[in-house]
Amino acid sequence: MEIGLTTATYVVAAILFILSLGGLSGQESAKRAVWYGIVGMALAVLATLFAAGPVNLHITAVMIAFGALAGWYVANRVQMTEMPQLVAALHSFVGLAAVFIGINAEITLTDVLAAKASGATETFTGFAAVLAHKSPAEIAVLKIEVFLGIFIGAVTFTGSIVAFGKLAGKIDGKAKKYPGGHALNAAAALICLAFGAAYCMGVGILGADGILGSSFTQLVLVSLFAGFIGWHLIMGIGGADMPVVVSMLNSYSGWAAAAIGFTLGNDLLIVTGALVGSSGAILSYIMCKAMNRSFISVILGGFGGPQQLTMQIEGEQLAIDSDGVAAALNDAESVIIVPGYGMAVSQAQQSVSELTRKLRAAGKVVRFAIHPVAGRLPGHMNVLLAEAKVPYDIVLEMDEINEDFPNTDVVIVIGSNDIVNPAAQDDPGSPIAGMPVLEVWKAKTVFVSKRGQGTGYSGIENPLFFKENTRMFYGDAKKSIDQLLPMLG
Amino acid sequence: MKVGALRETFAGETRVAVTPSSAVHLAKLGHKVFMEAGAGKASGFNDADYIKAGVAIEKSAADLVKAVDVVVKVRQPTEVELKRLKLGQTLISFFYPGQNAALLKLAEKQAVTAVAMDMVPRISRAQKMDALSSMANIAGYRAVIEAANNFGRFFTGQVTAAGKVPPAKVLVIGAGVAGLAAIGAARGLGAIVRAFDVRPEVAEQIESMGGEFLFLDFSDSQDGAATGGYAAPSSPEFRAKQLELFLSQAPDVDVVITTALIPGRDAPKLWTADMVAAMKTGSVVIDLAAERGGNCDLTVPNEKIVTDNGVTVVGYTDFPSRMGAQASELYANNIRHFLTDLTPGKDGVIKHNMEDDVIRGATVAHGGSITFPPPPPKIAAIAAQKPKEKAKELTVEAKRAKELADSRAQTRSQFALLGIGAVLMLIIGLFAPPSFLGHFIVFVLACFVGFQVIWNVSHSLHTPLMAVTNAISGIIILGALLQIGLGSQWVVALSAVSVLIATINIVGGFLVTRRMLAMFQKS
Repeated sequence: MEIGLTTATYVVAAILFILSLGGLSGQESAKRAVWYGIVGMALAVLATLFAAGPVNLHITAVMIAFGALAGWYVANRVQMTEMPQLVAALHSFVGLAAVFIGINAEITLTDVLAAKASGATETFTGFAAVLAHKSPAEIAVLKIEVFLGIFIGAVTFTGSIVAFGKLAGKIDGKAKKYPGGHALNAAAALICLAFGAAYCMGVGILGADGILGSSFTQLVLVSLFAGFIGWHLIMGIGGADMPVVVSMLNSYSGWAAAAIGFTLGNDLLIVTGALVGSSGAILSYIMCKAMNRSFISVILGGFGGPQQLTMQIEGEQLAIDSDGVAAALNDAESVIIVPGYGMAVSQAQQSVSELTRKLRAAGKVVRFAIHPVAGRLPGHMNVLLAEAKVPYDIVLEMDEINEDFPNTDVVIVIGSNDIVNPAAQDDPGSPIAGMPVLEVWKAKTVFVSKRGQGTGYSGIENPLFFKENTRMFYGDAKKSIDQLLPMLG
Repeated sequence: MKVGALRETFAGETRVAVTPSSAVHLAKLGHKVFMEAGAGKASGFNDADYIKAGVAIEKSAADLVKAVDVVVKVRQPTEVELKRLKLGQTLISFFYPGQNAALLKLAEKQAVTAVAMDMVPRISRAQKMDALSSMANIAGYRAVIEAANNFGRFFTGQVTAAGKVPPAKVLVIGAGVAGLAAIGAARGLGAIVRAFDVRPEVAEQIESMGGEFLFLDFSDSQDGAATGGYAAPSSPEFRAKQLELFLSQAPDVDVVITTALIPGRDAPKLWTADMVAAMKTGSVVIDLAAERGGNCDLTVPNEKIVTDNGVTVVGYTDFPSRMGAQASELYANNIRHFLTDLTPGKDGVIKHNMEDDVIRGATVAHGGSITFPPPPPKIAAIAAQKPKEKAKELTVEAKRAKELADSRAQTRSQFALLGIGAVLMLIIGLFAPPSFLGHFIVFVLACFVGFQVIWNVSHSLHTPLMAVTNAISGIIILGALLQIGLGSQWVVALSAVSVLIATINIVGGFLVTRRMLAMFQKS
């Protein structure tokens, strides 16, 4: 009866999670979708508490209370521009939890087997009872699951911490190559596999009772080496590829949960882990496609070494001051704003919103063009603009707006670089050749708000800045736009 | 290469082809810059300024020409100057090859490369080296200043305690660069500005400068834009209408600024003697076309005359020279931009690329032969739309065939994937215990559902999606909850930590998602 009730609740929770993800297909249904997710999670936790029995309930209650408080605090305090690092940090928690739970499973397994061997007749409860009834073949499979859960969890944990550091600017965002490079990763992976195999077959390395003999030690070593892989892998990926990395880690955290679900024989964990895992995988795929790069090349390190640009750029970058930009805006009838990471960095979204409001009040058509990989997180720009109360129906995707650029009077590029680089189309030798870009240069006038003459994250020179119809509006994006505001209308 | 600027010998010429600031830029291109001593004096640049900018000073023109590969100057070269040049040397200056056939012959004989700054094609890319435009801009401004200087009243209207002052009325004829600059300057001083041009399409530009365009009431007006931005001589009918308009304007306006020039011809006579006679005493006529004979019948080149009825007619030909410092700065920049194009490698090596539209157009003598007039530029003055590389419209049959092929390929790849998947399943089924398989089916189905659901998530919601999936991945808390009741201290401790961090993840993830979604709003 009890098990039946728990399972029924799990089914409801699983359906709610699927509805929750599916609801994100539209802005309005998305608000409802979050509630599905919250209810689903609450049901799942309650049902599990009920099924596991009231052991150590006080510890659980305290931990949940503290966790909820911390989560509530973080969620309310975080700036919308800091969203990428928050998501990365939260991923690391899932990874760490997966490692802990995997190790717990191993400890419990050892205890159960020892008890069974000694012929003790004590009755096992909960998870231990499940373990006690397993056949040797099932235990072999279980060990593989534990190994996978710990391996993926550890990679996710350290990888997410590095991603967090890079996004928060605490670690240099450039792609770093360490001596040994991918060979080092491969070696660490091999060691993990070796320990994993030894663990699964139940043999000790250096003798059955050697230092590395106990299966517990082997698992700890696996998690350490896997942790090294996660750290080293993400260190080698440049900041421009972070959207892919974050969604990839998202996917990993899901797979780790699924692996743990197998270990514990919990279908809801499996279902939810698989949902999260596949959703992250698809997101990564979409991001890679938007950058015209294969997933493998992103993972094996970003724009690393110095790139040879085959096309010489002619002309010079012509600067303009705010008077000039304001005059052009006042004359324009249609304006498209192309935001990028620079807008997030200088927290200019409120100013941009105010600019939009003023221009729209003056009867001009104002729209936003969002490249799929603008910013450091999928959909990063949409969230920032939404925060600044820019109506979402004037925020358009690349495919929706790319054909409108030739009929546009003024394009303002705010802190984006590679996603408006014409070299992607014109120059087959460019490292970003073939990447779909916003064709801003087809507009009558392009203003580029940019901090200085440096290149973007990818380190590629941008011929857009040298075009006849481009004017460089140097300075911090927020300050530049604030200067414009009083001159409009 | 060595680049040297000559001192202008023409009387009253104050401009110079290289300024200290342009010299710095030229040095960056890899050139060594030379000056004839005292060349910049008239425009306010001392030799000391040049030396500070890294320029070497040569005592005489002859010494300078001997020392350098490229000679730059402002005015067209005199015969003496041109004869000093030898084979392989390049001269960059105004040249007016259409009017100076003899000079051109001499350049051919000396086998020098002559670049005429007045022949730079008027295309967008060459705007930065268009010296005619930059000089015309100065002339237009200066014309208004000269007019104000010779006009006995305010330009702007005022109501003062001592009485009311009416604003001056300015008529600008010809709305090229000079005309537009004059309109802007006159407006800036507060005058009422009217303007006329044979090209009706410049009305918008005139109005953008704050002038009022005087339309001719005329049915089949000629299109003057076809000849590269200059007005072609008008038909007799047009001309009659135009004179009629001017005659009606003459008694009303206080200042007339004429800027009408047709390349390679004498200036058209637009402001006739009877119009001047009809003007009020104290009025001013500024004739910017005086060098080519003048637009006004009474213009005396290089002089200011006052007619019997008290109208001042100014026929100066050296307006840019009257603002030597400014004119030199702009002209030197034009020269610098041209040298930038000639030095594509920025390595001080000049490549005279005769395939380049701009360089070809401006070069009037090269390698011992005359290269004037140039062939028509490859790029039209009014930028034509780049021919679009359209994807070929597929015929209906081709489309259908393509669709069929696509669907076949898709079917094939799907079958292949299904086949591989089935084989894998069978292998797993052979070896894995049944309890595992039960979970495995759930897992595979969940992956499938996940794939199907996520494809539909709208692009703009990817960040909320990530936050939600992140929150949901906190489901791992279930594992910790299941284990926290188990005996060992270690297990309890690790489970407790897992519960803690998983809760942070769940609560943080959901709350942040809600915050984000609450912001999305329709306009």
